[in-house]
Amino acid sequence: MTDITVERPADQTERAERSARLLKKRHASEFRFKLYGVFAILVALVVLVSLLTTIISGGYSAFYQTEMQLEVTFTPEKVDPKGDQSEASFKKGNFLSVFKEAVQKTFPDVTGRRDKKAVRALYSPGSYLILREMVMEDPSLVGKTVKVWLPADDVVDMLNKGFIDRNLPETDRPISDKEIAWIEKLEKAGHVEMAFNSRFFTNGNSREPELAGIWAALKGSFLTMVVTLSLTFPVGVAAAIYLEEFAPKNPFTDLIEVNINNLAAVPSIVFGLLGLAVFLGMFNMPRSSPLVGGMVLALMTLPTIIIAARASLKAVPPSIREAALGMGASRWQAVSHHVLPLAMPGILTGTIIGMAQALGETAPLLMIGMVAFIVDPPGGLFSGGLTDAATVLPVQIFLWSDMPERAFVEKTNAAIIVLLSFLVVMNLLAIVLRKKFERRW
Amino acid sequence: MSIWILFLILLGLAITGYIIGRQRAWQLTTGANGIIHSRPGHHGMYVAIWVFVPATLIAILSVALVPVFATMSVVSAMPDHMRDLSEGAFSLLLTDIRNLAGGNATSKEASADVVALAQHLVAYRENAKIILSVVVLAIAGAGFAFAFKGIHPDLRARNRVELAIKIFLIVCSVIAIITTLGIILSLVFESFLFFFKVSIFEFLFGLHWSPQTALRADQAGASGSFGSIPLFVGTLLITFIAMCVAVPVGLLSAIYLSDYASDRIRGVVKPILEILAGIPTVVYGFFAALTMAPLIRNTGEALGLDVASESALAAGVVMGVMIIPFVSSLSDDVINSVPQSLREAAFGLGATKSECLKQVVLPAALPGIFAAVLLAISRAIGETMIVVMAAGLGANLTLNPLEQVTTVTVQIVSLLTGDQEFDSAKTLSAFALGLMLFIATLTMNIVALRVVRKYREKYD
Repeated sequence: MTDITVERPADQTERAERSARLLKKRHASEFRFKLYGVFAILVALVVLVSLLTTIISGGYSAFYQTEMQLEVTFTPEKVDPKGDQSEASFKKGNFLSVFKEAVQKTFPDVTGRRDKKAVRALYSPGSYLILREMVMEDPSLVGKTVKVWLPADDVVDMLNKGFIDRNLPETDRPISDKEIAWIEKLEKAGHVEMAFNSRFFTNGNSREPELAGIWAALKGSFLTMVVTLSLTFPVGVAAAIYLEEFAPKNPFTDLIEVNINNLAAVPSIVFGLLGLAVFLGMFNMPRSSPLVGGMVLALMTLPTIIIAARASLKAVPPSIREAALGMGASRWQAVSHHVLPLAMPGILTGTIIGMAQALGETAPLLMIGMVAFIVDPPGGLFSGGLTDAATVLPVQIFLWSDMPERAFVEKTNAAIIVLLSFLVVMNLLAIVLRKKFERRW
Repeated sequence: MSIWILFLILLGLAITGYIIGRQRAWQLTTGANGIIHSRPGHHGMYVAIWVFVPATLIAILSVALVPVFATMSVVSAMPDHMRDLSEGAFSLLLTDIRNLAGGNATSKEASADVVALAQHLVAYRENAKIILSVVVLAIAGAGFAFAFKGIHPDLRARNRVELAIKIFLIVCSVIAIITTLGIILSLVFESFLFFFKVSIFEFLFGLHWSPQTALRADQAGASGSFGSIPLFVGTLLITFIAMCVAVPVGLLSAIYLSDYASDRIRGVVKPILEILAGIPTVVYGFFAALTMAPLIRNTGEALGLDVASESALAAGVVMGVMIIPFVSSLSDDVINSVPQSLREAAFGLGATKSECLKQVVLPAALPGIFAAVLLAISRAIGETMIVVMAAGLGANLTLNPLEQVTTVTVQIVSLLTGDQEFDSAKTLSAFALGLMLFIATLTMNIVALRVVRKYREKYD
């Protein structure tokens, strides 16, 4: 007896110790496991934050632009060769020479062909076109001498924004000591300034970063989205109504359902191949046009919208339908008068999310030739714009990201900021819609 | 432009038809016994449908057909020497004529013949427009007359209108099938043309990919070889890297959010993770090319490794980040659908949360997680912009993540953007690659959906 009573506590303490150790180990492993989860979330968040910060910090500077003042004399003989101040006459006018003269006057001590050319290159190569536009808008400028702010060349712009280090040895930077001296001279005279870059929002694409803008791409995106929405919304909702409210349970309906689920997961580039082979190859539709782009994106977003619309139709309780049917309504009346209005907020939310997806899509549009270099924006919705060659914002981003000039990096980031803000607005709209109108049954 | 006007006129006629039809039906209600089968609005709709639908169908059909007939008419009006041109020159000529007719620039100075043909085309189009408008309006009028004459107290207008609506609904749902068929047929057809030029065995098992074909017969060097193995190896390498990022991060964050996080944290973190899914892929591509690739390169160089500037690692990691929310939301669904009773039983036996998760919930959810990973892989394989911007074009057959590789989607894009002739092996090979891509993703999706369905049935 005594043996046992002595032994038991020893055994128990050992077991208690062992289980305490085990428990500690188990709790440690519990803690570690939890830590892994936190770590995983942190990784995702860190990447997201670094993505957004690199884009915003790299892009905000594109919203303003270095401009340089130039005193320009619009000599009548050069600007208006015909002397009638007509548009045709201005188009013939030698604005390049006007521009050259003005630069010469600002830098009287620069001589030699090469230096003269270099000093002109401080200004944007499109300067003379800007001067012409000014005169076309306001013919009273002819014969006058005015102070004009012209966009600086992209290298000067980069220097002024601090992306090029002035202290580097001359061979390591794209701008020479002489050029920097000229710019410093202008700076001292107060002829260099930062201004809001309105050209970024009003111009089309350009080889010159300081003149390149997103307007043509924005317009192309808008036209494409109009086509996509007007095709995909009615068709998607109608298909969802059929499948959810009318379709009998048979192999054919099953086939449609399997099809929709699979289409939702088909890579977007395959839709581009479809567009290329069928819309362009078979039907000879206009290449690079918002019409074809919109059709391809409509096919791509269709499954998203059908799935979303079906989910929100399903969420409407059957009692609503039964009540309507009980009052003598037909199936279609029950759906169109009662079920559909109740499901609409959910359907619209799904549609907006589908459209946001389509707005950011690039790959299928590359296939149907929407990668063209578009300077002039496409026409309006009812004036042939749907069949003009166009590009869209994501494709513009893709094109700019390939450009070698340093200044295009900034433009690309800025275009991404614009694209992301559109997406944020659309998603916020979807959230508001859901919060405000969603009903819990 | 005139097509819009025609459309507006048709719409106006349909509305008028609706009003007249309704009016007529109202008049019937004041007749001898005053009882009509359908409500006046249904009669109105009945008339409107007869006015609008047949006319619109004809209009759409002829808009699609007029260019075809116009081209045929131009070809028949051509002088003989033009018709004998080679295929490429002939299509260039047709494009020139079209451009001239549309008032755009042509590729070269137009000859008198071409100008005459362009005028012929313009005249043809004008005539077609007039004939088309007359025919369409006549059909609308005939539809109206037919429907209006048919209005009668016993007319089952509601049933007929609803039948029309139902047909419209069915047609809309069938579009999904037509799309799939269109994809399959176009890919298979173009791939067939490709396999006539290049043997299917070379394509499937060849180890060398360089699609540059000779432009002239006497050109040396660029013979073009279409072995797709390097592309698939490159695709799988990048996909594997992406999965190494996406699966652990996505799965662990899903576990944490569903079983550990408080409601408040979940409410904040989940939408933030969803943002990752909403960012366009072109943005990820830019990030991969401009931030991630230099970062990896510099790190590698600091460690004394030789890293290509367009390494597979950079593209793969960023692609993994893109897929994180996809994996996490799918596995969240799966984990949540494991019945609570299983967890409670585990807790009742004294398991800690992590033990319960690791030994009960995850094994039970394994099929679902497998399906989620499969869907993620199929998405990674088909992803285009990230690899186009961050991975290279050179088809290296390597498994080293620090070297540059190319993928199927990159090759499709590079083969089909820029100048192309439609029948060259180079262009057609893109469709063969597309077909392989489609088959691969389709198989994975079907398997994944099967698994998910089976898994759901098990616990429902």
